Amino acid sequence: MTSLPETLPGQKKLGLVIDLDTCVGCHACAVNCKEWNASGHSGPLSDFQSKSDGVWFNRVHTFEAGEGENSRTVNFPRSCLHCEEPACVTVCPTGASYKRSEDGIVLVNADTCIGCKLCSWACPYGAREFDEDDGVMKKCTLCVDKIYNQNLPESDRVPACVSTCPTHARHFGDLGDPDSDVSRLVAERGGYELMPELGYKPVNRYLPPRARKDGSSCGSHESISLVDLASAKSVSQSKGAALLRWADRVLSR
Amino acid sequence: MHPALSVIVFTTASGAGYGLLVWYGLLLPFCNALNERIVAFVVLPVALLLVTVGLLSSTFHLGRPERAWRAFSQWRTSWLSREGICSFVTYMPAGLLLLSWIVWPAPGGLAVTFGLVAACASLVTIYCTAMIYASLKTIHQWYNSYVAPNYLALGLYTGALLLAAILRLVGQGSQAVEIVVLIFGLLALAGKLAYWRFIATTRHPSSPESATGLGGIGKVRLFEAPHTEENYLMREMGFKIARKHADKLRSISLIALFAIPILLSLVAISGGEVLAVVASVVAVISAALGILVERWLFFAEAKHVVMLFYGAQAV
Repeated sequence: MTSLPETLPGQKKLGLVIDLDTCVGCHACAVNCKEWNASGHSGPLSDFQSKSDGVWFNRVHTFEAGEGENSRTVNFPRSCLHCEEPACVTVCPTGASYKRSEDGIVLVNADTCIGCKLCSWACPYGAREFDEDDGVMKKCTLCVDKIYNQNLPESDRVPACVSTCPTHARHFGDLGDPDSDVSRLVAERGGYELMPELGYKPVNRYLPPRARKDGSSCGSHESISLVDLASAKSVSQSKGAALLRWADRVLSR
Repeated sequence: MHPALSVIVFTTASGAGYGLLVWYGLLLPFCNALNERIVAFVVLPVALLLVTVGLLSSTFHLGRPERAWRAFSQWRTSWLSREGICSFVTYMPAGLLLLSWIVWPAPGGLAVTFGLVAACASLVTIYCTAMIYASLKTIHQWYNSYVAPNYLALGLYTGALLLAAILRLVGQGSQAVEIVVLIFGLLALAGKLAYWRFIATTRHPSSPESATGLGGIGKVRLFEAPHTEENYLMREMGFKIARKHADKLRSISLIALFAIPILLSLVAISGGEVLAVVASVVAVISAALGILVERWLFFAEAKHVVMLFYGAQAV
């Protein structure tokens, strides 16, 4: 059914936390995603050929933010955010697109999808790609066939993109549990959601790049002077402060 | 958005077909010209044919058309599903209306009842078609209060043009119907102009900064795309037309869809019988070309928010 499951307090919300500070843009997550999913639940996935587009569930963009020396170049992996209120599910005319009540994963039933593409129009994040060979819509499954797979050792039961990331920039867990590792990481690093203004309540979170250690991108355009250092000292050291202030005045002439 | 021919034909042909059904159903009790068997035998098959061609055309847009029947199931949340159901339901009163004219030479109250039900169902179906697009928050040019009135006005206008031409062709020309054409032509024109003004002066609330969440650092721009070739998203959502091109196409649709048919309707009202027949038929042909261009623009000028990830600075 394309009606969304009722949200209960403490509901499990499986998702990803992506660290934009440590992502090096190597595309390994995208490649391993393609490899796993080409033979898994959604496989085969069409490849780029003369008549069809390659279907990938994960795409790594690179953005530049800010100007001049304060600008940052940020690698930005983009995949399904498994929204709490996914419009891609509610617009589906057949019920092929659905959100699982048990863990919040958004999936497409390839046996009932009619390939009308409306879900891809409804998704602002570009999470859905049409498979021209199969005539149905495909998307990230959060490796539903891997994370619950009893045949794999427990340490391997994470999405392919997470297990392959060489810089551990991708984290997987239950974002509905405030005490989970991923939830704590989001709280600690100020993790945010994409396009919150649209109201789809994405589950995945992005961790912003950390501020530069040399202080030049801390939001201040002023260089640090001896006066700042002096005034930061406590009152008991006021004698030294006066000396530094004097030194600063002299040196600034 | 990519303007798929199947969807353009679907929305325009079914819109005109339902518009024709609306006017036939609504005017039947008031307009003597419609109370002729020959009129019913031309109007109703033409309307049903247009609707059917439109619906069949829409299935060409599907990756798996053989599963199209499944689209009737999710009416609780999906406007596309609602549209499918309403279009199917409308066949019943419209079919019964035609049947009543086949069985009785003058079905009277029965035809009026079926006609009213068919008219209401047709209006609801056009509204559902519009809402498929107007419910998508991801596309600013669609997610607004202009789209549904535009679809209704254009469906009613093209339907009225068809009815006027059919009545002239079967020798039952009606000035009342031609006045309806003029009124709805001007209404649809006003609606379209207001829509164009709206999309020219407003933007989607999202930006590259909100899409990436990197606005705190500064202005965000694409540094490197994730792939070197076009993918599905870029082809489906990133369809671009040159601004100059769009302006030309807007002029064509204004002339072919509004100016020529409205002038020709005035000619039909005031001119002799033969002239009126020719004028009303040419008006339909011109409007058909115009509405195809108008609908092409409706898709081509729509910008999807996902393009913010692909270098668009605004949508």
